[in-house]
Amino acid sequence: MNEDLYKQHILDHNSAPRNKEVLENPTIELPTKNPSCGDSYILYLNVKGGCIEKATFTGIGCAISQAAASLLTEKVKGMTVEHAKKLTKEDVYDLLKVDISSGREKCALLLFNGLQEALGSLE
Amino acid sequence: MNITIEQLKKGFSIFKNSKTVYLDSAATSLTPHKVVQVVEKYYEEYRANTHRGLYKEAERATKEYEKAREEVARFIGADAREVVFTGGATLSSNMIMGMLEDFLENGGEVVSGVIDHHALMLPLQRLARRKNMLHEYVDVTSECVPDEDAFVRAITAKTRLVGVTFASNVTGAILDVKKITEAAHKVSALVVVDATAAVGHMDVNVHELDVDFLFFSGHKMCGPTGVGVLYGKHELLEKMEPPLIGGGMVSDVTLGNAEWTEVPEKFEAGTQHIAGAIGLGEAVRFLDSVGLETVQKHARELTEYAQEQLGAVEGVTLYSAPVEKNVGIVSFALEGVHPHDVAEILGKEGVAVRAGHHCALPLHSALGIPASTRASFYLYNTKDDVDALVRGVKKVQQVFNV
Repeated sequence: MNEDLYKQHILDHNSAPRNKEVLENPTIELPTKNPSCGDSYILYLNVKGGCIEKATFTGIGCAISQAAASLLTEKVKGMTVEHAKKLTKEDVYDLLKVDISSGREKCALLLFNGLQEALGSLE
Repeated sequence: MNITIEQLKKGFSIFKNSKTVYLDSAATSLTPHKVVQVVEKYYEEYRANTHRGLYKEAERATKEYEKAREEVARFIGADAREVVFTGGATLSSNMIMGMLEDFLENGGEVVSGVIDHHALMLPLQRLARRKNMLHEYVDVTSECVPDEDAFVRAITAKTRLVGVTFASNVTGAILDVKKITEAAHKVSALVVVDATAAVGHMDVNVHELDVDFLFFSGHKMCGPTGVGVLYGKHELLEKMEPPLIGGGMVSDVTLGNAEWTEVPEKFEAGTQHIAGAIGLGEAVRFLDSVGLETVQKHARELTEYAQEQLGAVEGVTLYSAPVEKNVGIVSFALEGVHPHDVAEILGKEGVAVRAGHHCALPLHSALGIPASTRASFYLYNTKDDVDALVRGVKKVQQVFNV
């Protein structure tokens, strides 16, 4: 049953999310929201020489969106902007390592969509 | 009600096909088989458009449609000509605000509640902006107790319009609409009531309450989806312009102008949801056969039991009005777990609840929570359902280790 979704690493990232902090003087600060459920995050990126030096986030949301934000910011830290732009939603699902139902897609991809919007605004 | 819940549940075919514990009636209620049957009957026996058809199927469709209007009117204490069939509460609300935009002078004040569902709040907000009216909001108390006096205090000589939610779709709180209406009428303000969570769950009598306009959906009271009602006092409806115009609502048309038919047809442009309206008429008959007093008493018993049982679980905060002023809704927060995760696990455990802001974002902001989990009760629910909910919540705590 739900243990399939709420695996230990999801719960771990939910209760102790990585990179959950305000970043001072970020290159980009982007709010991203899921209006249907009220989940609301801010993504912070420090970008230097085409490389994401630091990625952090703050905000409130369910375990899936929290874990996805935690995992995604870990993943893109040190990545080139070009590489990060090529990430797909399947990459996010791979990070989560659980089956995401259509009802939870928006939770899983909330920060990812924010990231793509932020990176797209860099030019 | 002389029949038991078990007998009553047999009248809902879905229980034969689904074992889900359904605690989401505030989102949409289940449909009695009788309602499904009359809808089917229309499509299979006398499918035709209403009015102006000179053959027997069209005559029967018209007769059944108008009979449904009479049933619904009787159910809410209105005259049949004061009942406009619409596509649902949201359409009703948008229609009445459009009508009021034509009807009201610019300026003055509008009073409404933070508790309101977006279906009332947003069209009202836009109307206030367009008519240059000051929009005064009445706050909610932290205890989720309805506060009519706050409404009465907010109504001033400048108030032109008052928007009231009859019963909250989040806390279940039932407001004293009569008291608010009396205060509004003292200053000659009009009253629009969103009774979506109330009609079919408790006695609502528009003439007794003396409200000017009231709307609700059919699907939260055992009726089909896609049909609703806009009630308006006849003398007001007669003076108002229809927000939607087109087929079926004119007495004369030239290339330069058009004249409207009588109320209520004037407000029913285009082919209506005929089967839906007929189904709603049957839903009303069904609710009458059970008895609204029984429905309300039953919902109160379950609400009381749920408040007790759920309230006893450590880490649970209830957002639910006191039982005697509650339509049958218990919303709650569970410490350390987001409502979406609560609802997901409950869903996997076979318990259907809803998580989110339930289209009442400002209410959640006022309560200081981003979202909540909501369990709502109706006539087919049992104490066993509440027990399943409580077991599910404990399972959530186990999974999240809180």
